[in-house]
Amino acid sequence: MEQEKYAHLEKELSPKTPILKNVIRAFLTGGLICLIGQFIALFYITYFNFTERTASNPTVATMIFISMLLTGFGLYKKISQFGGAGAAVPITGFGNAVVSAAIEHKSEGYVLGVGGNMFKLAGSVILFGVFSAFVVALIKTLLVKFGVVSW
Amino acid sequence: MKNGNIIFKTMPSIHSTGVTAGPLEKKKSVFAQQFDKLYEDERCDLPTNEDGHRQLMYDAVMIALSKAKKSPEKIDILLTGDLVNQMTPSNFTAQALGIPYIGLFSACATSVSSMITAALFTDAQYANWIVAGSSSHHNAIERQFRYPLEYGSQKGATAQWTVTAAGAVLIGQNKPELPSIQCATIGKVVDMGMTDPLNMGSAMAPAAMSTLTNHLTGHGKTIDDYDTIITGDLGSNGFKILKALANESGLPHTKNFRDAGEEFYGKDPTFKAGASGSGCSAAVFFSDVYQKLCKGEYRRVLLIATGALLSPLSYQQGDTIPCIAHAIEITRDGVDTI
Repeated sequence: MEQEKYAHLEKELSPKTPILKNVIRAFLTGGLICLIGQFIALFYITYFNFTERTASNPTVATMIFISMLLTGFGLYKKISQFGGAGAAVPITGFGNAVVSAAIEHKSEGYVLGVGGNMFKLAGSVILFGVFSAFVVALIKTLLVKFGVVSW
Repeated sequence: MKNGNIIFKTMPSIHSTGVTAGPLEKKKSVFAQQFDKLYEDERCDLPTNEDGHRQLMYDAVMIALSKAKKSPEKIDILLTGDLVNQMTPSNFTAQALGIPYIGLFSACATSVSSMITAALFTDAQYANWIVAGSSSHHNAIERQFRYPLEYGSQKGATAQWTVTAAGAVLIGQNKPELPSIQCATIGKVVDMGMTDPLNMGSAMAPAAMSTLTNHLTGHGKTIDDYDTIITGDLGSNGFKILKALANESGLPHTKNFRDAGEEFYGKDPTFKAGASGSGCSAAVFFSDVYQKLCKGEYRRVLLIATGALLSPLSYQQGDTIPCIAHAIEITRDGVDTI
C-alpha cells in the first residue's frame, strides 16, 4: 500500500481531535487561572501598598508558587490534561515547565542536572518572550520618535 | 531462510518465564494476577528510575531461572534489550548476572527479536540455555522520549502509556510437553510516512500487517491455524487499523486477533489508546499467553511484537517513524507435526 493511500485510511480510522470541546475546556481553565490571578492582584492592592501597575510582580510570583506546589504534588499535569492550552499559556504553565524539568533532572545532581536542565522547556519561552518584547519596544520607540504616537 | 522466514528444525522450547511489573500495573493491569512479582515502589526502593528499571529486568531473569531451578552460571547467553539510551538497564542486569551477553534493540519488538535469536542459537546447538527478554520503565522512558513526568501536556486519544514491566524467558532444547518455537519471521522496516510520536499505533500497524502477511505466505499458514494472533503494543487505534488492513488484504476474519497493548490496562480511558513499551509485549506474551499455552487453552499462537524505531532526535528533525514487527510461532503440538 502506498503512503498516500495509507494516510487516507489512517485519517479515516483514527479518532478525531475534539477541537470544540478542547477550546471550551481551555477557555474555562485559562479563564479560571486568570480570575484567581485577578483576586490575588486585588488582595495585594487592598491589603498592601501596591498599585494596579506594581501589583503584577507579587501576583506573578504567587501564581508561580501555587503552580510549583501543584506540580510537586502531581496535580498540574491533571489540570493540563483537562485544560490543554488553557493551563499551558498562563504564567502557571511556565512555572510548571520549569519545576517539572527541575524535579525530573534532580537525579543527575544540582549543577548538571537541575541547573543545566530546568530551563530546557521554558528556555524558548524566555528567549522568544524577551525577543518579542524587544521588537515591540523598538517599534513603539520609532513611532514615538516620528510623532505617530506618544508614550 | 528466505524473505525472513525461519523454521527451527529442533523446535527449541520455552522452559520457564519470569514477569515483573510496577505499582501502577499492580493496580490497573488486567494481567496483574498473572505476573510473578509486583513492586510497591516505582523505583523498586532504589534511588533512581533507571535503577528500578534494572531491578525489574534482573528480577524477571532470576524468576525465570528459579522456576527452572537453574543458576546464572548454567546459562550460556543472555539476550535482552530496553528503550533507555545505550540500553544501560540491560547492560547493568547482564553485569549483575555475569552471563555472556548481547544487547538487542528492536524497540518494543525486542521481546520477539530476542526470542528468535535465542531460538537460532539453540537450534544451531551453540547453546543449551539462553535467557531472552525485554523491559521498559514508564518514568525512565517518558523523560527520554517525551517531556518531564510532571510537565502538563495534553495527550490525545491516540497516545499510549509506556508500561513499567519486564519479561524474561528461558529457552532450551526441545521438551515435547512444553510450548516450543516452531518458526519465525524477521520483519522488514516499514515506513508509511507517519510523523506523530503520540500516535505510534498508526505508524506500527502497517509493519505488523507486513510481517503477518509474510509469515502466513512464507510458512504456508492461514489465520485459522492459530488460536490467537497477538500483537505487542499497537494500542486500540493501531489495532483497529491492523484489522482494517487485514480485511482489505483479503484475510477472512480477525476474530482470533488480540493486542497486548489494548488489553493491558483493561481499556481504561485514562491510558488513552492503551499500553506500549518493550515491557508490554514481553509481560503479556510471557505471562498470559505462555500460561494459556501451558494449560493447553492455546495450542498454537503467533506472537507479533511491533516496534517504532524512532528517537527524540529523529522526530524533532522532522523524520518519519520507521517501524518493525517480528513474528514467532509457538506451539504445543509436539515435534511430530512438522
